[in-house]
Amino acid sequence: MTEIVLALAIGVLGACGVWLLLRPRTFQVIIGLCLLSYGVNIFIFAMGRLRVGAPPVTAEGLENPLLYDDPIPQALVLTAIVISFALTALFLVVLLAARGATGSDHIDGEEPSP
Amino acid sequence: MNAASDHLLMGPILLPLVAASGMLLLDERRRALKSLLSLAVMAAVLAMAALLLVEGGDAAGETARVYRLGDWRAPFGIVLVADRLSALFLAMTAVVGACGLLFALARWERAGPRFHALFLLLIMGVNGALLTGDLFNLFVFFEVMLAASYALVLHGSGESRIRAGLGYITINLTASLLFLVGVALIYGVTSTLNMADLAARAPLIPAEDRWLFHVGAATLGVAFLIKSAAWPLGFWLAPTYTAASAPAAAVLAILSKVGVYVLIRQSSLVFSPLAGPSAEFGREWLVAIGVATILFGVCGMLASRELARAAAFAVVVSSGTVLAMMGSDAAGLSAALFYLVGSTLACSALFLIAEVLERGRDGGGDSHKAVFADEYRDPFEDLERNEPGLVIPTAVAALGGALVVCALMIAGLPPLAGFIGKLAMMQALVAAGRPTDWAVIAALAVSSLGAVIALGRLGVRAIWIRDESEPQLVVGAGELLGIVGLLGASLTLTVFGGAGLAYTDLTAAWLGEPAGYMSSVLTGEGR
Repeated sequence: MTEIVLALAIGVLGACGVWLLLRPRTFQVIIGLCLLSYGVNIFIFAMGRLRVGAPPVTAEGLENPLLYDDPIPQALVLTAIVISFALTALFLVVLLAARGATGSDHIDGEEPSP
Repeated sequence: MNAASDHLLMGPILLPLVAASGMLLLDERRRALKSLLSLAVMAAVLAMAALLLVEGGDAAGETARVYRLGDWRAPFGIVLVADRLSALFLAMTAVVGACGLLFALARWERAGPRFHALFLLLIMGVNGALLTGDLFNLFVFFEVMLAASYALVLHGSGESRIRAGLGYITINLTASLLFLVGVALIYGVTSTLNMADLAARAPLIPAEDRWLFHVGAATLGVAFLIKSAAWPLGFWLAPTYTAASAPAAAVLAILSKVGVYVLIRQSSLVFSPLAGPSAEFGREWLVAIGVATILFGVCGMLASRELARAAAFAVVVSSGTVLAMMGSDAAGLSAALFYLVGSTLACSALFLIAEVLERGRDGGGDSHKAVFADEYRDPFEDLERNEPGLVIPTAVAALGGALVVCALMIAGLPPLAGFIGKLAMMQALVAAGRPTDWAVIAALAVSSLGAVIALGRLGVRAIWIRDESEPQLVVGAGELLGIVGLLGASLTLTVFGGAGLAYTDLTAAWLGEPAGYMSSVLTGEGR
């Protein structure tokens, strides 16, 4: 059950993200990138295998690795979240600058001629 | 672990990081101090890279230096690895970085805030990506490098830079997400991110999981092909590099080569002949994409109407050339590496020369439209700040000569190093003699012809056909120093072509024996 929910979440986030990424407005693009990065983050998490109720760290006396979840993907996700958050913030600034400099929120900086 | 020399590998990463962080605390007006500091850091990085290069040039010497952070044993801890390939790219980065910085000191560093900190962070990211021994740190260093490059593309402001930057940031963020997907898939199959460990485990992957491993590797490959501007994933490069300020563009030329570096590293290590069923995975795709990239780049060069744009397409051609040589044997790879160093130096120099020659033709930034008035005004509207420092009168004549040197290097005509590299590549291809090799030879020949035509035409226009109304050419001493430094490095590569080729031969031989890399990383004491 968890697997299906997770797979659906990744799929929906990815699909929405790609669709928005291909839209012509800068705000749509940035939301698309956010959704895609959420999808990717969950995907990385899933690559460590799904375990319910298994802690990611070991304690003394409980060294059997079968009892635990893989901590590495969780560390990776943490790093990826921080990086994508920072870069989204940077992208927002560029988006604002582009809006101010070109007077349009089209990604080409000008409205397409009809 | 003994003494300071073991910690040498941390230097090229830690030094720029510490200096850049410290610089953020200094006031923007203390330019002299900041310039001195970043020059000192670049000089130190150059010295460290030279040290590693000399060490790698010793045929009998130890071939890979491994630095274990926190002294944790390899597959569990993080490792930095410097072998001959890393040292070669490190040295190239240091030379281009130092010369770009010299050029920027004359004028461009005043075009926007925090130039030095961003510049050093970019250098730190590149060095880290070249030195790291595992995939996830590669991602982190790539992001550091790209984050700094986003800001550097916008350095100097203006509508064209913001527009180009928007596209550049979008495509690279998307590529980074693909990078993560690839890394996650590879981790899911092999449970390791250490490159040496990955190479050791690649032959042992169960047959039913192998396709998933290949999907991961291909996704990763697409991410790196986007970064190395291969056709059809590299349309972002030309507008971005043309719009970026010249010193930034010169250093960005290195960035696309970092993508090529990772492709060489992965395909020679993880997909070596030792990898069993995964051996040489995707090699034929790389060759085909490389040939297409060369042809696309040549068309772009011929269609360019300004030198900076032609230089950007020359970067594309040089990436494509190395990709097209990936299917070749050790001799071909060695020649391709030699060519890559020469052509990258020449492309960077061309960006700098183009900026001096075409200065005054474009208006710079638009102060009346900017959002953040203090940071995004026309950097050179203030005449006093516009002075490029000490001006050397006869230097304009020298620029013509410099342009010729660049054109010869990029086109690969005698008597310069570009020719040595191209001849060696063709020799290796003829010796192999497969039909694909002949296709690569044809593409190489076409690229030379196209480069000569395009650069010749643009050079004539830039130097000989100048209107009376156009502003007088001025070259600052620092700018000349930067250009001369890059061209001097190209000429050194020509004069000591034998030594250079001997080094790349050793590199190719080392890459052909991935067992050496694996054993230096995976064996050895630690906790």
